[in-house]
Amino acid sequence: MIPENVKKILYEGDKKIATRVAYGEKIAELGETNKDIVVLDCDLSKSTMTSIFAKKFPDRFFNFGIAEANMMSVAAGLAAMGKIPFASTFAVFASKRACDQVSISVAYPRLNVKICATHAGISIGEDGATHQAIEDVSIMRSIPNIVVISPADATETRKAIDKIVEYDGPCYLRLCRGSAPIIFNESYDFEIGRGVKLTEGDKATIVSAGFTTHIAFEAAKKLEEEGIEVDLINMASIKPIDEEMIVDSAKRTGLVITVEDHNIIGGLGSAVCEVLSSKYPTRVIRLGVKDKFGSSGSPEELISAYGFDCGSIIETVKSNI
Amino acid sequence: MDEVRKKELTEMAKKLRIDILEMLCEAGSGHSGGSLSMADVFSYLYFSGILNVDPKNPDKKDRDRVVLSKGHACPVWYAALAEKGYFDKSHLKKLRKYGSILQGHPDMRKTPGVDMTTGSLGQGLSCAVGMAIGAKLDNLGCKIFAIVGDGECNEGQIWEAAMAAAHYKLDNLIAIVDKNGLQIDGFTKDVMNTEPLAEKWRAFGWEVIEIDGHNFDQIDSAIGRAIETKGKPVCIIAHTTKGKGVYFMENVCDWHGKAPSKEEKEKALASLCGEGAE
Repeated sequence: MIPENVKKILYEGDKKIATRVAYGEKIAELGETNKDIVVLDCDLSKSTMTSIFAKKFPDRFFNFGIAEANMMSVAAGLAAMGKIPFASTFAVFASKRACDQVSISVAYPRLNVKICATHAGISIGEDGATHQAIEDVSIMRSIPNIVVISPADATETRKAIDKIVEYDGPCYLRLCRGSAPIIFNESYDFEIGRGVKLTEGDKATIVSAGFTTHIAFEAAKKLEEEGIEVDLINMASIKPIDEEMIVDSAKRTGLVITVEDHNIIGGLGSAVCEVLSSKYPTRVIRLGVKDKFGSSGSPEELISAYGFDCGSIIETVKSNI
Repeated sequence: MDEVRKKELTEMAKKLRIDILEMLCEAGSGHSGGSLSMADVFSYLYFSGILNVDPKNPDKKDRDRVVLSKGHACPVWYAALAEKGYFDKSHLKKLRKYGSILQGHPDMRKTPGVDMTTGSLGQGLSCAVGMAIGAKLDNLGCKIFAIVGDGECNEGQIWEAAMAAAHYKLDNLIAIVDKNGLQIDGFTKDVMNTEPLAEKWRAFGWEVIEIDGHNFDQIDSAIGRAIETKGKPVCIIAHTTKGKGVYFMENVCDWHGKAPSKEEKEKALASLCGEGAE
């Protein structure tokens, strides 16, 4: 069931918006008051939506062409001069093409760079495996000093951006291409290191982050209709993760199912397993991309084929409780 | 440049070379050749008065920045920073040791005076591009110096950065390429030929000045010209000798990533005083 305090922060309506769009609009808004914000892109500004900022603040927008490695180190240099650079490109390039630059230029010296990567996961659809980031959370999470945030909807994206601007240090914001239903209203408060429970129940714990949260939310509501009540935790803050919330829930339910649009190796599922294996050993079933490359197809087809659609989540809960 | 000043800079370069040999010997590992090849340039940068820096206020906002893109040559930088007074010279003996402020490659969070963390080749010049843009945004009026290796020019990222620096007309950025002609596996021309190097930088939109990197008159006039240049970044290609000053290290590939033993150090120090040259 949805707790009363959660009902207050839930959005009522059927508006859908992609997190990358919320990102583009939010930084363009912040640019008005925060003059230290500069935005960098690699010839993808119309897709990452940094074009909104570029149009409004052309003097603080820098396009580096199709050269992600350079952009990431340039961002480090800008941060060293006291700027707050938002470096945007697709998640595949931010995490893999520019991995060494993220690690050595940005993370090791703890420079205040906000890496805002869009088009994460197989849910980008038709472009296929070359453009589907399924390892980015794993890569970013294993680099010391980086905060990793995967917001579920437009509201959480905007709230998370407020927090990462306040936070002095490198952050990775994982954003998605496709429109997703808005989950939270404006009264929702995002905190780095804190999860939020969308439904409560003692049959199982579902932990989700990013694009999959609205799918998991739908699954939790359908399960409730059948009398199966679960804890659904939206864990946008993958690093640092909300250990207490995971452990407390696992203690009550005894079964944890993770859902993510990412390889089940190294992502949210692994992060949850790391917490539970040391704090409260519990059975964990990881739904997501099962260690294989993505494919072309519509987002819906792919999510279903890769086994983390609403039906798969419901089935997994039912057959394991 | 007047003779008195030239003599002072020559003496300082010799001091830096002595510091380099002493600290590398003590550390038991590190990069001798590419540190020695840059001793004259670093003597000039830190002791000619050209850099707007203050060791008592290492974080002042409008300071000139130095980025050692060829980070492995940090012994020459550490020596210059210590001689300049950024930290006590006793730290040089702790190079590469656990807990030291002097890491194996430059670490801006540990070493006063180090403006950027580097070590993975190719990245420092990009960082310097970011610093140059940042300096222009805030009208700081400062200069950004990036020291790049000629072997490092194998890295694609150097050319991405070169493209971007010219695109954004970063005339506050001065790259100094230490063209010592050697890299780990051999002569640069054999491992991966970067020639024609000056033409490459020119083609990427930079003003290029070629000098003898051990000649203070030439270093002085090149940097003077670079500071005057408007509308584009400047690349000073400093032709140098790897291992400069130590006859048995000069132009010997093996001394790229090797530290001298105690005996070798004594021989090297004698060589700096003009003894033993063949």
